[in-house]
Amino acid sequence: MTWIVHSLWLVPAMPLLAAGLSALAQRTHRLLTASVAIGSMSLSLLLSLIALAEVLRFGSQDATKHVFNFGWFQVGSEWLKIGWVLDPLTAVMLVMVTFVGLLIFIYSVGYMAHDDNFARFFCFLSLFAGAMLGLVIANSLLLLFICWEIVGLTSYLLIGFWYQRPSAAAAAKKAFITTRIGDLAFLLGMVWLYSQAGTLLFYDNGAGCLEHTALIRLMTQTTTFGMAASTGIALLIFCGAIGKSGQVPLHVWLPDAMEGPTPVSALIHAATMVAAGVFLVARVYPLMSGHGGFDLSPASAPALKVVTWVGAITAVFAASIAVAQDDIKRILAYSTVSQLGYMMLGLGVGGVAVGMFHLITHAFFKALLFMGAGSVIHGCHEEQDIRRMGGLRKLMPITFATYAVGMLALCGFPLLFSGFWSKDAILHAASTWSASRAPFYLAAFGVLLTAFYMTRQVIYVFFGESYRSEQAVTPPHESPSIMTLPLVILAGFSILLGLIGTPAWPWFSTFLDGQQVQFDLRGFAESGVLAVMLLSTVLFLIGLGIGWLLYGNKPAESRAASDPVEQFTPRIFNLLRNGWFVDAFYTATFVRFTTWFSVLCDWLDRWVFNGAVQIISSLTLGASWMSRSTDVFVVNRIFDQSCQEATLGGRLLSRLQGGRVQSYLRIIGIAFAGFVLFLICGHHG
Amino acid sequence: MTAPVNYLLVSAVIFAIGLAGALVRRNAILVLIGIELMLNAANLNFIAFWRYSPNPEALTGVMFALFSIGVAAAEAAVGLALIITVYRHFHTTDLDRIDSMRG
Repeated sequence: MTWIVHSLWLVPAMPLLAAGLSALAQRTHRLLTASVAIGSMSLSLLLSLIALAEVLRFGSQDATKHVFNFGWFQVGSEWLKIGWVLDPLTAVMLVMVTFVGLLIFIYSVGYMAHDDNFARFFCFLSLFAGAMLGLVIANSLLLLFICWEIVGLTSYLLIGFWYQRPSAAAAAKKAFITTRIGDLAFLLGMVWLYSQAGTLLFYDNGAGCLEHTALIRLMTQTTTFGMAASTGIALLIFCGAIGKSGQVPLHVWLPDAMEGPTPVSALIHAATMVAAGVFLVARVYPLMSGHGGFDLSPASAPALKVVTWVGAITAVFAASIAVAQDDIKRILAYSTVSQLGYMMLGLGVGGVAVGMFHLITHAFFKALLFMGAGSVIHGCHEEQDIRRMGGLRKLMPITFATYAVGMLALCGFPLLFSGFWSKDAILHAASTWSASRAPFYLAAFGVLLTAFYMTRQVIYVFFGESYRSEQAVTPPHESPSIMTLPLVILAGFSILLGLIGTPAWPWFSTFLDGQQVQFDLRGFAESGVLAVMLLSTVLFLIGLGIGWLLYGNKPAESRAASDPVEQFTPRIFNLLRNGWFVDAFYTATFVRFTTWFSVLCDWLDRWVFNGAVQIISSLTLGASWMSRSTDVFVVNRIFDQSCQEATLGGRLLSRLQGGRVQSYLRIIGIAFAGFVLFLICGHHG
Repeated sequence: MTAPVNYLLVSAVIFAIGLAGALVRRNAILVLIGIELMLNAANLNFIAFWRYSPNPEALTGVMFALFSIGVAAAEAAVGLALIITVYRHFHTTDLDRIDSMRG
């Protein structure tokens, strides 16, 4: 254990500190917030590189996880422990997140230069980076979940950054609510795991929940449908990953999330945050696969089957939608969903290394593509419709060159680009999957679609007639160098990164497994490797060719007319353009149900519960009114009346009591006379 | 038996005079005198009824009269003492002005 393991917390702490500082800064402190954010990310990158070097140093001879755990708080007699872990997975993710993050931070300085809320933007970005790095280093599912939720919050804040626009506010809300559905399942899985394993630490010198003892216990317990407890927990956690990583059926939020500023789309909704779901699956892989190793995935693990199928379906589904989109960022968004599907597929069929390799390469070229798209949008004066662009190749040469690199990497241009190697690893793993061949065919079809839609987009944006817009007074211009420099760096990595994972020198997968790597050209000779490579190359060329045939060298007038695919099959094109009507379906079912249910709740509240309360209150009111009127009209009146009578009587009687002795005597005398008269009359009568 | 009637008439006249005095006079002393007159009318009645009773040897009427005169003397003393006290208190003996017992 070296000091970097102990002080790994500094990596997320730096951006968090920067976020805190930026939150305190005034709106006018643009330079301060930007430099604090970029400085903190640079420090984090430095620390991450040290961590990576450390992992590399003890990598091969020491495959154990380097963890640092401590008690957070006490519940009853048990300590709830959290901590961080330094292993190859963490180190790779740390470097990727900090590096891509840093470039996007720098790019944002140029992109957001004219925005009033520059300081707020960097505050949110830093908060996001801190939470994401915390998520990566977490050695406890609880800590991971906390960071996961902060990441979701920053996603919400940044999608709705231009909250003045109703569409942005709605998109932010949609993203938050949709991911929350998955997070609920994640939370349930976490609680279940805690109740079964008694700990949420991943690795704890043999006592963690991903280690042998706990795994055996989880796997031998069966729950409903004869499912092992580990499978149930893994599936629930995977639901969280589905929400976060935009897998079918919870992918609907990701395309809408493009309402946010483009650096946000690049950083959060393409490179890092959406990959958190993939990372989560990779992190709890022992739980998914049902054994402690990272090397092979037994096709028998039911949780991994689900991951595979969800990934494969998402990959093709989203790619097909991307074919018919016109918004430059929406195309990339659906592309991201599709690529995340590939990663899930890779995790399902090939293990952690395959999925994570694609995650890393994708982070670079997708960030590159999004930043290129941002540069295009910036240059075209906030225009996002690809049909109204064109001919930008000459006007924005750096953006075009880097965008082309990203596009080729995404499509998997053979041998040169990183996407080719990572996607090829996935395809190869899928082709050897024992359970079913269907995911392989789906993924292969996805390759074709990817090449097709990216060709279509690049031709629309960069080729053909030059940009002519009635509204734009000034022609499109190249972006400032603070924006193009990150593009160039990312383009370089998009090419080079592929070399760390070729079949001949599979450094990446062996690094994750903690083994030695050697250069061996026989890796290509392994059964099916070359065949799969050939197949993906052919598919890529077919996609590219169809795209070129349909869209290349068309006069500008045809852009205004309908899309060639639309002319060919208008119904299918319409279906794809509307994203298979998933949104409409959700609107018609879940949203309507929710609305209906809320109306019902409202009605219940208004009429039943409120009615009951009203009746009770009316009854109380009535009873008190009765009591009052009884008091006023019966009791009071009787009392008043009798008092009055008594007063009257007293007044009458007091007349007699004149205080004069003689008048008393007079009465006595008259009475006496009367009495005598009575006696006399009585005797005579 | 006409003899006692004269006595009784006299006593009735005296009683009426006493009563009228007691009722009409404002001065407390004169009212007391009226009361004494009425007492003496009663005493006269005692004597008259005794003298013409079937058994005058029993001296019952005389005894009554004697007791009555004794009581009347005590009563006059008490009455006069009261009048003196009232006078001291109210500085008057006019009964119409002594009405603090009015209800």
